[in-house]
Amino acid sequence: MSFAKWLRAGLRRVLGLFRKTQRDAEFTAELESHLQLHMEDNLHRGMTLEAARRDALIKLGGVEQTKENYREQRSLAFLETLFRDVRFSLRSLGKRPGFSLLGVLTLALAIGVNTSIFSIAHSVLFTPLPFPQPERLVSLWERNLSADFPGPNVVSGGVFDDWQRRATSFAQMALIGEDSANLSGDGGSLPEAIGTRLCSFNLFPMLGVQPIYGRQFSAEDDRAGTSGTAMLSYSLWKRRYAGDPDTIGRKILLDAKPYTIIGVLPSWFDYPDTRVQIWLPVRHEVSPGDIQNRGNHRFFVTARLKAGVSVTQADSELDAIQQRTHQQFPDSLVGKDAMAVPLTETIVRDVKSSLYVLLGAVGCVLLIACLNVANLFVARGASRTREMAVRAALGGNRWRLIREQLTETALLAFSGGALGTFLAYATIRWVVAFRENLPRASSIHVDGAGLLYAFSVTLLSAVLAGFLPAFSATRHHLLEPLRDNSRSMAGGRARTRLRRVLLTSEVALTVVLLIGAGLLLKSFAELRSAKMGCATNNVLTMGLSLPEAKYEKPSQKVEFFDRLLTEVRAMPGVRAAGFVTVLPGNGHWEDNTFHIAGRGPLPPGESLDAVLRAADPRYFSAMNIPLLRGRYFTDAERLENAKAAIISQSMAEKFFPREDPLGKTLIIDWAGSPRFEIVGIVGDVLSDLNRPTEPIMYFPLGFGRFGSGSLIVRSSMEVTSFALPIQKEIAAIDSDLPVSDVLTMEQIIGRSTAAAAFDAALLLVFAVLALILAAVGLYGLLSFVVTQRTNEIGIRMALGAQRSEVMRATVLDGLRPTALGLIIGLLGGFATAYILRTLLFGVRPFEFLIFAAVGMLVLIISLGACTYPAWRAARVDPIVALRYE
Amino acid sequence: MTDKADVWQGTLALMILKTLETLGPLHGYGIARRIEQISGGLLSLNYGTVYPALLKLEQEGSIESEWGVSDNNRKAKYYKLTRAGGKQLEREARDWQQAQAILAKFLSAEPST
Repeated sequence: MSFAKWLRAGLRRVLGLFRKTQRDAEFTAELESHLQLHMEDNLHRGMTLEAARRDALIKLGGVEQTKENYREQRSLAFLETLFRDVRFSLRSLGKRPGFSLLGVLTLALAIGVNTSIFSIAHSVLFTPLPFPQPERLVSLWERNLSADFPGPNVVSGGVFDDWQRRATSFAQMALIGEDSANLSGDGGSLPEAIGTRLCSFNLFPMLGVQPIYGRQFSAEDDRAGTSGTAMLSYSLWKRRYAGDPDTIGRKILLDAKPYTIIGVLPSWFDYPDTRVQIWLPVRHEVSPGDIQNRGNHRFFVTARLKAGVSVTQADSELDAIQQRTHQQFPDSLVGKDAMAVPLTETIVRDVKSSLYVLLGAVGCVLLIACLNVANLFVARGASRTREMAVRAALGGNRWRLIREQLTETALLAFSGGALGTFLAYATIRWVVAFRENLPRASSIHVDGAGLLYAFSVTLLSAVLAGFLPAFSATRHHLLEPLRDNSRSMAGGRARTRLRRVLLTSEVALTVVLLIGAGLLLKSFAELRSAKMGCATNNVLTMGLSLPEAKYEKPSQKVEFFDRLLTEVRAMPGVRAAGFVTVLPGNGHWEDNTFHIAGRGPLPPGESLDAVLRAADPRYFSAMNIPLLRGRYFTDAERLENAKAAIISQSMAEKFFPREDPLGKTLIIDWAGSPRFEIVGIVGDVLSDLNRPTEPIMYFPLGFGRFGSGSLIVRSSMEVTSFALPIQKEIAAIDSDLPVSDVLTMEQIIGRSTAAAAFDAALLLVFAVLALILAAVGLYGLLSFVVTQRTNEIGIRMALGAQRSEVMRATVLDGLRPTALGLIIGLLGGFATAYILRTLLFGVRPFEFLIFAAVGMLVLIISLGACTYPAWRAARVDPIVALRYE
Repeated sequence: MTDKADVWQGTLALMILKTLETLGPLHGYGIARRIEQISGGLLSLNYGTVYPALLKLEQEGSIESEWGVSDNNRKAKYYKLTRAGGKQLEREARDWQQAQAILAKFLSAEPST
């Protein structure tokens, strides 16, 4: 049959679903006329009237049967029953609008949050990178640099060269370095500090990215001493150069050095993150000496595997090469081994576990919601026991009854699913806007997979919420409920048990969620209140970076800082000001190896390493970093006189465990091996809020080596009001010097804890949702039990039971499933805590306080949910109750 | 054929179409009678089975129906062939004959020596 015909027939059959009465009547008329025609023929042949009619009926093969066959052909039988079921269910749901609305909303919430979190996780974790053959892209790391840095580590240029020379697994290998630069003002635009990345020229061909305008870097561009070239990100090109194609070939000044813009990258290109605005060839930027150094770890390495080479093979080859390098150069600080991991994994590493935790949490919410809806239906089923029994007795088959029940939950689930999908769209927008540090945010949306997931979840919840009540409602032996009058108390006991089981699971899941949320929240609170070790109130910070080309000599840098700090300190309202290369809480950034004078040589392959900072003499007091022993730097310690060092308490403990560090000399592994005498010990500050304290050594800013860092200003007034005057002051000293990241210390802390805060808050929302659902479930169960037992309670009271006794019994009845659920939930909580342990900061996974608090909370809420039904039970009037049917 | 053959659906549709082509517009009873007569009583046909078949053909657009009045002044529903139905009949008749011819040749083939 041709498709057109098939379609036409199908359409007619769908139409056949309507105007049934009329169609039935018409066919009855047709059959009637058929019988009449046949009878007339028979009469002609001489049959009696009766025989004629009988023969006609026999030849026809039964009127009803014919009608039935005809009806089947007329429309789609399964659709018809479905329509009937749906109509029936709609009527039955419509009769209890509150009940239905509760069900729909519950499921909509659950399906909505599930779909949104799934879509986010799916887009972030599983959508392939937007490059050709993304599965062949890997990132390479050194590993096991020293006992202090056992994990994956950024790679040094020298090690990269070794890899590139020896490894055969890779088609291409590219270097990426992080940097920033001052883009000078030109043509009316202001100078600005921007994020840059250095890369080897083969990065873009390796990724398979073409510039939308201009050309890529060539090998010529990527070497020392050639003229500077730069590629712009799409956003910078749009913003600063108005998307003008003629930007190609234009000259710009970066850190006061000239560069030619040679290309613009496509708008979708956001690797490695969206903050990168300009790309520069690495070998043009970094001196040959630095880039060949094996101990200077600063590069990310991305590579493309040769066809047919697996990540595991590449990983073991790289590992072997690195082990050889390590043996060959025992004096350099190089990784003892190395590793290759898929590039996607590197990109999503930080959010992976958060996303999995959130997925787990919304899974729990879904289960709870389904249990709750199932619970509602079981309760409702109880009030329809007799109806079911009567229908079963009259020949309604069980499957039919089950189907009706499933249709009802399916209707709820699909309404919920539709609503939930809209909710998911909104939620995703919100999450993408407010969750900091979410990689690949641009690729997040509800896609086909998300919709499919929403549909599956909807189906699943329809089945989960429908089957239990359906079977429980139809399980009864036929006669039992009919015999069952209100005076026999056996009725509904099995159902009540089922509801208790459901409720117990609900409570258990809720407890698990609450414990998870509690742990994350506590961890976040710990993060927020973590002892930064310095002033955080009323401190304004702003980033500055002196371009090397303009401030080449140490004296130029030192003079700049002297002048800046003098001017700022002289401003009215400023209490203290200082300058440091890296602010507390802003990250690890810089460390260096060193020796301690007077100690024997270290065993081969080992070295001393600590975080390195440079600060001006008054930085410590300005930031309230306590001086524990010794003294601060002095103003006289500048340039060739800068021979003092200050170390943090943990550095003193780590490197001078049984001796006095004061007076000892640190020899830093820089060119010329400068020596610094330790003159002071200061309190610890955290370089990264999410990490443990690191040992820090401070050198005088006056040494003249350091040109970038942050100015800090403390005041008793509103510090942000100083932002503009200070920027003007800076412009007065150097009009071409931009300021970046004007932030208060509180904002810096907020920024680095924002992601943790967000995750904890989201989980808390889910947990509260679960708690409310569980409370509603508990309340529903008890109300149901009380209603069912009104009669029994009445008899008891008539026989002299006290109201208080009835109330207590009812409350206990409700608390039993809670208690059991609580115990199971607490056990589950231990498992959750174990899974969560890597995400926790400053919280023991088995924090007694949280487990206890969650237990109490659930108990109190349950008690609340039990009280009203119990109170109602206690107020039962025996006279009314005994008459209650 | 010893027993009366049951009519299978596909052939019934073809028979109905052929009947309508030969006799022109006709009611269900007439069609059923005609099929029985032509088969010379070899086919056992419940007259009721033509109605779902008629409905199916109508849904597919091969025939149309209209209420009319029979020779002896009875109201009856008359079915008639549409153009699409005529083409369908032509095609299916040809297919059927072809199949029959092949099968006939096949069955009459001499056992090879």
